[in-house]
Amino acid sequence: MKRTMSIPHKPDAPALELDDVWVRYTGRLSASNGGPRYALEAITFRVERGERVAVVGPNGAGKSTLFKVIAGTLRADRGRVDIFGHGPAGHICIAYVPQHNQVDWRFPVTVEDVVMMGRVGQIGLLKRPGKADWATVHTALERVGAAELTHTQIGELSGGQQQRAFLARALAQEAELILMDEPLNGLDIPTQEAIIGILDDLRRDGVTVLLATHDLDLAAERFDRIMLLNRRIVAFDQPAAALHADNLLRAYGGHLHQVGESGAILVTDPCCEGE
Amino acid sequence: MMDFLLEPLQYSFIVRALLAAVIVGVVGSILGVYIVLRGMAFLGDAMAHTILPGVVVAFLLGWPLAIGALIMGILTALGIGLLTERTSLKEDTAIGVIFAGLFALGVAMLSTRGNYSIDLAHFLFGNMLGVSPIDLAVTAVLGFVVLLLVYLFYKEFLVLSFDPVLAETLRLPTKFLNYLLLMLIAVTIVVALQVVGVALILAILVIPAASASFLTHRLPSMMVVSAAIGVFSGVTGVYVSYYLNIASGPAVVLVATCVFLLILGLAAIRNRRSVPVITALDMETS
Repeated sequence: MKRTMSIPHKPDAPALELDDVWVRYTGRLSASNGGPRYALEAITFRVERGERVAVVGPNGAGKSTLFKVIAGTLRADRGRVDIFGHGPAGHICIAYVPQHNQVDWRFPVTVEDVVMMGRVGQIGLLKRPGKADWATVHTALERVGAAELTHTQIGELSGGQQQRAFLARALAQEAELILMDEPLNGLDIPTQEAIIGILDDLRRDGVTVLLATHDLDLAAERFDRIMLLNRRIVAFDQPAAALHADNLLRAYGGHLHQVGESGAILVTDPCCEGE
Repeated sequence: MMDFLLEPLQYSFIVRALLAAVIVGVVGSILGVYIVLRGMAFLGDAMAHTILPGVVVAFLLGWPLAIGALIMGILTALGIGLLTERTSLKEDTAIGVIFAGLFALGVAMLSTRGNYSIDLAHFLFGNMLGVSPIDLAVTAVLGFVVLLLVYLFYKEFLVLSFDPVLAETLRLPTKFLNYLLLMLIAVTIVVALQVVGVALILAILVIPAASASFLTHRLPSMMVVSAAIGVFSGVTGVYVSYYLNIASGPAVVLVATCVFLLILGLAAIRNRRSVPVITALDMETS
């Protein structure tokens, strides 16, 4: 498919590469109240094309900030962010799937309208969606199993259907890097599995996914690598190594409790929305 | 019945008032959809008041009122942006400061004139029956420009209103679009100024769009229904004003308010019969 406005990708660059990225808190009170001055400190990592990474950490760990820096909606105060070899600014191949509470579900749009919004970058200013754009939208809806929801108002969707709609929008956008901010909160397990199944399908096309979650089990079972984040990267590794007790202790600190003699670890994380 | 409707039309100033009411109904109610969806009602009301000094200066110098209003609209948008970005003030506080300060300046300038109270009443509550042919032409041209821009930037305004983060990741010119929307609000206020006046402009921007939100589930239909309610309220308001001998601006707003209450009541009855839909968010039903 032809991409009209996005800058070309370097052929052998990784999907995502951050080098010593620092982001200052922008809140008005943060500097004076003695808290940490940086929301993200010394973030360095790379993600290969087609990888699926779970970003895990306590509330306030900087997960949303990290996603904003990658999406290019927030500038890093220091360091370098490269997506397919270039800074985020020129890319329209990055899709950000918002948290549930960031969306106005009463807004007068149908699922089809929301998915078409993903095409707006390709269509270009002052032009209308053409037949090819509608075809892309309907193909995207079929791929995520939401074709029957095409004309449904978004306020009438269930939690799982909402995620399908926004994934379809990412597909219509022809996204190659998808950032999902806690999309699985409050979904039951079969629904979570259905969403993961769609991500499996996307992986076959080489789409890279970063997904913020509080669910350590799911992160361990269904992701290639796990990033443990608490303003700094505590660990970024295969699930078994990343979720080592020492790492969890460093990432979660006071929210972590050792249970009994077995060494089992309980994370009490005051979940979830509105970080 | 026909006589009832035709009798006022023998006066050309009533015909002009009706035409002005139709234009304002369409333009204000369509742009109002964005104001309602984006929660910009306070900003809209503030803009209506802050343009007053510009309008008064234009009025005193004998210029077209629209020019003064546009300049003040731009200055207001920039001033609110600057106060919010450069100081620790929240946006609504910044709006409040500029709103009150500039409105006071406008009233103060107007008070230097001899027929202060009549002029002030016209600016505050409109002077629909005083619409001149030139006023009508200016209103029509400005209204057309607003509608054209709303049409041309339809999908961009939709994305910006529904999901500002998507607008940024699609690299849309969000700053330009935000300022453009503020400019369109300023122009619409100029268009509506003579019909409903500074104090009641907010009604034309908000009431038809809010009524339409109860009836529709898609943006284009919400705009059409909102415009229909706006036109109905404008035209009915002129007749009410003619037959009941009440001020025309308030008459238009009162008709719109009655329509709103009627639709609100109907929506409440309909909702009590049907099952609420947004309670089962966490269950997959497919």
